[in-house]
Amino acid sequence: MDMQSFRKTYFEECQERLQEIETLLLSLESGDYQDEHLHAIFRAVHSIKGGAGAFGCDHIVSFSHILETVFDRVRDHRLGLDPELMDVLVDAADILSAIVAAAEQNQTLPETFDAKARGDLSRYMNEGAEAAPVAPSETSCPEETKGKACTYTIVFKPHSRLYEKANEPLLLLRELGGLGTMTLSVNVDDLPDLSAMEASGSYLSWTILLNTTHPKDAITEVFEFVLDDCDLTITETDSTVAGEMKPTPPSDASPAIDTGEAKVSSIRVDLDKIDRLVNMVGELVITHAMLSQQAEKLARDGYPHLARGIEELSTHTRELQDHVMAIRAQPVKMAFARIPRLVRDVSKDVNKHIKLVMTGEETEVDKTVIENLADPLTHLIRNAIDHGIEDAQTRKAAGKPPEGTITLSAGHRSGRILIEIRDDGAGLNTKKIAEKAKERGLIENPELMSADELHQLIFHPGFSTAEQISNISGRGVGMDVVKRNIQSIGGKVYVKSEAGVGARFVLSLPLTLAVMDGMIVRVGTQKLILPISNILESLRPRRQDISTITEGGEVLDLRDHYIPLLRLNRLFNIPARYDEPWQGLVLIVESEQTTFALFVDELVGKQQVVIKSLEENYDPVEGISSATILGDGSVALILDPASLYELHNRQGDPSLAYAA
Amino acid sequence: MSKTILAVDDSKTMRDMVSFALTEAGFSVTTADDGVHGLKVAQEGIFDIIITDINMPNMDGITLITHLRALAQYQSIPILILTTESEQGKRDQGKNAGATGWIVKPFNPEKLIQVVNKVAA
Repeated sequence: MDMQSFRKTYFEECQERLQEIETLLLSLESGDYQDEHLHAIFRAVHSIKGGAGAFGCDHIVSFSHILETVFDRVRDHRLGLDPELMDVLVDAADILSAIVAAAEQNQTLPETFDAKARGDLSRYMNEGAEAAPVAPSETSCPEETKGKACTYTIVFKPHSRLYEKANEPLLLLRELGGLGTMTLSVNVDDLPDLSAMEASGSYLSWTILLNTTHPKDAITEVFEFVLDDCDLTITETDSTVAGEMKPTPPSDASPAIDTGEAKVSSIRVDLDKIDRLVNMVGELVITHAMLSQQAEKLARDGYPHLARGIEELSTHTRELQDHVMAIRAQPVKMAFARIPRLVRDVSKDVNKHIKLVMTGEETEVDKTVIENLADPLTHLIRNAIDHGIEDAQTRKAAGKPPEGTITLSAGHRSGRILIEIRDDGAGLNTKKIAEKAKERGLIENPELMSADELHQLIFHPGFSTAEQISNISGRGVGMDVVKRNIQSIGGKVYVKSEAGVGARFVLSLPLTLAVMDGMIVRVGTQKLILPISNILESLRPRRQDISTITEGGEVLDLRDHYIPLLRLNRLFNIPARYDEPWQGLVLIVESEQTTFALFVDELVGKQQVVIKSLEENYDPVEGISSATILGDGSVALILDPASLYELHNRQGDPSLAYAA
Repeated sequence: MSKTILAVDDSKTMRDMVSFALTEAGFSVTTADDGVHGLKVAQEGIFDIIITDINMPNMDGITLITHLRALAQYQSIPILILTTESEQGKRDQGKNAGATGWIVKPFNPEKLIQVVNKVAA
């Protein structure tokens, strides 16, 4: 946007306003007298004048000013609206139209053009007609002080009204300090006993010695907004004493700027420092793990105190860690705060009525997670309004309320935070997604895929390269970006959609990015870690519980429920100690999308692990979310259940293998 | 995080210009087109600064300020009024209703930002 486009907007607006003035004048003339008509006309003229100033259309400013003054008198009933005045006003409105039209074309009208109208109008103005607005005359400082440094003594005593209007002495003093060198002392003599103190009272005043080359007016200007709400004296002090400025004795008053506001119970800490703390705690956790592993052997051999000490250390480490993590936790409200506005703006742009419902804003999550949430959220909400929710007519035809609803909710579930963006729109267009995906070579046989599987394709990078996608699927613009953003903070995003009912995007995010509780499992010689939060139970199945179904690979009969069976050794091609699940162990794992059984050799034990990014230090590996260092100093990989399941699906069914 | 500003004005030209100037200066700007709308938007979101025109349909700027100051979350938020040089009376009314300061129309972007920075903590 530039000045030219503002100008265009301005003249468009002028046309509307002029039309409005004319219509209202005509209503008034036809006998439909309402005060509100007069107010509206006044506002219209006022707004034409207001904009004109910004574009240097002086002719509009001066003429509309006269017109405005007359309307102001009419609406205040200082002037009766008789037929004669009515004629003058209607004529004047025409003249104003012409002046505006000329200004739009950059034409200059002869001075005589509006002389008659001005003459007519001026008869209705006050005796001593108000002149057109003039620029504020800055009374400059006396010549002799200009450019020469002077010292002023400023005594500033705010009234409580100053605070009530959200003015802030701190800011004023800071601005004042910008004018020169300042020494200031705060006067706390009026400060009553704590018991007598009122929270909204004003008890402090300041004496400021300011050495400046600026004129006195510049000082007054600093206090421009608060002149009526404070006692202010500015006196010029002899400049010779500037060297030995001695304000009122500091006594026991704090020399620092103290606004006297209520005592704060929080301090600001550099985020770097907290991160260092978090890191240190992480290292401490690793060290502790190492120590306890070593001590285990010793403790058994008659060092009971050592065992107890280590146990206590464990409790304290855990507690320390929780508290450190809590420092970084913030309510998701921070990320949700801008959504209502977004919904308002976007829905207005696309002319849809949208109701936004938000729940769980108090849910706390790591600051980094929150910071990285803003963009994906914006994107998803925008999409939901733009493409998800149908226009009012379509909605009515479908038997839905004309107003669409978007629900944004947050909550904890199994050690993660789930953020859900749900709309009650048309849902994803499964058929179009299938066509598009096939056309792009992402899939071969859409017929073999479930609607749900097809929906997930919108997150595929290859899906959103062409700009016309937005018109085709209704969604899909930059969904891969959303997915990447969420993945970069250890999160997952998936979509559930039902045609005609709406779409639901779920972001599943870790509470913290630094530490988690893990279960160490062994396959062959490899130790791998599974997040405890994903494990429902572990069991050794019977041979007859395992069966193979034609299309879906192996399944486990878990108390009459069939769930897919994944073999960790096959997924990663690791030689295992046991070949069959009934020899080893099966973990029942819950991921965001499904529950499955995972066959491993054995469980090694539970351990708190410090998460080290694999992507940053190596490369992303499918099925693996990150890595950690174990107590014995070795590196172990942390499994990612959801991506493990995806990997399994792809290995099991070649039709799903897209070129990722 | 950039500071959030709510600008309330019934003139689209003004809204666009205020919004453009402040966005350029790094603020995050939301606009509303009259007092009623402004109050609603203010209640639904959290703003660091509010700028309002005086003459508006449905609810004027003075009434808007009175309503805002009655809300706990806007008691100590700077509220600036947009006035013209000739509206000394309006400016006083605005101040009495709780306005923190004023911006004189026609404003230039530098002046607008200067005033906003003057009251922004």
